[in-house]
Amino acid sequence: MSNTITFTIDGVEIEGKPGQTIMQAADEAGVYIPRLCAFKGLSPYGACRVCTVTVNGRPQAACTQPVAPGMVVENDTERLQHLRANIVEMMFVEGNHYCMFCEKSGNCELQAMAYRFGIAAPKYPYLFPQRDVDASHPDIFIDRNRCILCGRCIRASKDLDGKNVFQFVGRGKDKRIAINAEARLADTDIDVTDQAVSACPVGAILRKRVGYAVPIGERLYDHKPIGSDIEAARTAGGQQ
Amino acid sequence: MSGTLENTVKEICRSHNNDRTRMMDVVRAVQERFGCVSSEAMNAIAAALRTHRVEVESVVSFYSFLSEKPKGKVVIRLCNDIIDRMHGADRVGQAFSDALGIEFGQTTPDGAISLEYTACIGLCDQAPAALINDVPVTDLHRSTARQIVADLKKHMDPRRLVHRLGDGNNAHELVHAMVVNNIRNEGPLIFSPVNRGEAISQALAMSPAEVIRAVKTARLRGRGGAGFPTGMKWEFTRAAAGKEKFVICNADEGEPGTFKDRVILTERPGRAFAGMTIAGYAIGAKKGIVYLRGEYAYLRPYLEHVLAQRRKDGLLGRNVAGKQGFDFDIVIQMGAGSYVCGEETALISSCEGLRGDPKTRPPFPAQKGYLDCPTVVNNVETFCCVTKILEKGPGAFNEHGSQGSAGTKLLSISGDCKLPGVYELPFGIKLSEVLKLAGAEDPIAVQVGGASGTMVAPNEFERTICFDDLATGGALMVFGPERNVLEVADYFLDFFIEESCGYCTPCRVGNVLLKERLERILAGHGEPADLDYLQDLGETIKTMSRCGLGQTAPNPVLTTLKNFRSAYEALVKQRDDGLQPAFDLSEAVADAEQIAGHRSARAD
Repeated sequence: MSNTITFTIDGVEIEGKPGQTIMQAADEAGVYIPRLCAFKGLSPYGACRVCTVTVNGRPQAACTQPVAPGMVVENDTERLQHLRANIVEMMFVEGNHYCMFCEKSGNCELQAMAYRFGIAAPKYPYLFPQRDVDASHPDIFIDRNRCILCGRCIRASKDLDGKNVFQFVGRGKDKRIAINAEARLADTDIDVTDQAVSACPVGAILRKRVGYAVPIGERLYDHKPIGSDIEAARTAGGQQ
Repeated sequence: MSGTLENTVKEICRSHNNDRTRMMDVVRAVQERFGCVSSEAMNAIAAALRTHRVEVESVVSFYSFLSEKPKGKVVIRLCNDIIDRMHGADRVGQAFSDALGIEFGQTTPDGAISLEYTACIGLCDQAPAALINDVPVTDLHRSTARQIVADLKKHMDPRRLVHRLGDGNNAHELVHAMVVNNIRNEGPLIFSPVNRGEAISQALAMSPAEVIRAVKTARLRGRGGAGFPTGMKWEFTRAAAGKEKFVICNADEGEPGTFKDRVILTERPGRAFAGMTIAGYAIGAKKGIVYLRGEYAYLRPYLEHVLAQRRKDGLLGRNVAGKQGFDFDIVIQMGAGSYVCGEETALISSCEGLRGDPKTRPPFPAQKGYLDCPTVVNNVETFCCVTKILEKGPGAFNEHGSQGSAGTKLLSISGDCKLPGVYELPFGIKLSEVLKLAGAEDPIAVQVGGASGTMVAPNEFERTICFDDLATGGALMVFGPERNVLEVADYFLDFFIEESCGYCTPCRVGNVLLKERLERILAGHGEPADLDYLQDLGETIKTMSRCGLGQTAPNPVLTTLKNFRSAYEALVKQRDDGLQPAFDLSEAVADAEQIAGHRSARAD
């Protein structure tokens, strides 16, 4: 009773717990707030901005904003969905995302997000940056063309693997993922079983020799849009 | 050879207690010693500070003054701010380039001199200006640029380039700068004569709660630009749980067009230090940090001297001014070329030896700031205002200004005006009055609040300078009839693109997209729909960005769209054939025609 924090999302009353973020409370209640840089088991990062909601009229990232009693949150509004779609489009034009041959296709969170938002092609011009590939490691390759700078690999390597394989270098539009070695991923202590490898939402960090293993039609997002798992909690008798 | 580098780096780290949070000081020292922080140095630093190589690379690659590749023994950093360009920085740059025989971004083959551009260095009232290593050189012409290069080739000592000294403490032996203050009016507060120690004595005769009450009664709001009520900030921090608390002075002054803190630090640093001490007393902090932008490194020796003097006189150290149990001291933390480090949480990150990334909020610095401790971050001028409030009482402070904006504001005015410089004026003054005082020459636009501010058109010159109307941290840039406001907006976009930390998508990508479309319009290839595109994109960046930089970067575009719409409309056109304005059919088929060996069948 005194242990719950009651607030609303789109007019619907939600019960959160002290210390929870809006996203955590929403997930438990079966309300889907789209996100890309948030990852289960990692502390929130607030980089992608896709999870932006309004809190009492002001935009905040749902992944970092703590719940408070009486908070009025807007999530599924036309304006917010439009702004979020713009962010997703920015990610597409910032890198070089060739879905047609990418090994992550069908299992890619960025691609799935675009489908969910109904984005067929971005309205922004492609920036066609020069980015590199690091295939030095026997089992893992990095393709920076696809990196959306979500930081999940960095955080997973530190907080889940107890290593420090990745970090951001550079500033602004030149910011990129670097590795804890002079030049080659092979010279780091990364292992193919590291959480940092499976944490990547897109095809930027991939295991070698498993590309296209899952047939079209059986991939993660072939049948249900991204976020369906969270929304299922609602219909399955989750908190209303 | 490598042995020497490794040993030197180890020694530098040791001199900072191998403390990981001192990373900024370590890498600055290595950069100074070797002209770069090389891969080898990064490995040595990582080992000594017990961190990882990639973490060191992360810091070095963030700041403009640090580099992995070697720079020359002397680095010429020519300011390419819009004001400098208006005063001929491009010609001066060409002269430097020709005299050195290199392009911008390069180093002379003998490794002696590097030539770079840099963003606003706080010398807009004496532009074109440059930093030559730490030495500011002002009022540059092509001839002086050529002479500078000739002199450097002879003696390679930037200090010897200073042939005349500026006024006031610019002539002090520890400053030794050609910079001038251009204090155009001595207003009632900031540059008034100091009764050394008086404000601190008054404060220490009260309780900390009473000090905070005085600051609240005065209705003081932050002078850095954001205008948060100072008393409230101190109250939150005082109330926050934490064994140790900190006071930080934001002396990063990176907003283009702002140079009033430079003058405060030159002529009245004691006021700022006293204000910090009073804040320390009020919130229960023992340590103050002045985060001084790297571009003001020339002031550091003098500031350290002032601090040393205050320690000698008991105004810093143990039992400050005789108050038993109140210890307070101040250290200076140097920046290394990053505008975003003027944002309070990015500044804190930098103080902690990290990249200047703004932090996630909540929690706010009052709860968890420097090293997760409750921290007050205030602007230089804000601390000065505090001393006046304690000296003369809240009433003497808020008798100036208005209800919502009490007191006076230092304005740094530059651009197309006869009397650029620093003015102390009451809040509530009309922009038109300010322009008259500064001798503005037929202004067609005024940018109030720096690059992140508002471009105001003549039909709004009756608006007032205050937090609720035209807010500014001090910058006021005047543009005369020959200037193109859209080009000015384009320049400001360049600035934000260069300075964005890159953490969040909308700012990192969005500003690049804004520039792409604005340039298309400026090139005459825009269409009316592009104006709606700019509006939507600008609003997306403003709404979705994680920190103040992204939230204000679109302002030059959005405010010119609003206040100078006709300038945009004059450039965009709708083609009768419905095709994009930039589309040229002949050009599009030219390659194919060449390959096919005949012309395309189309109506010419």
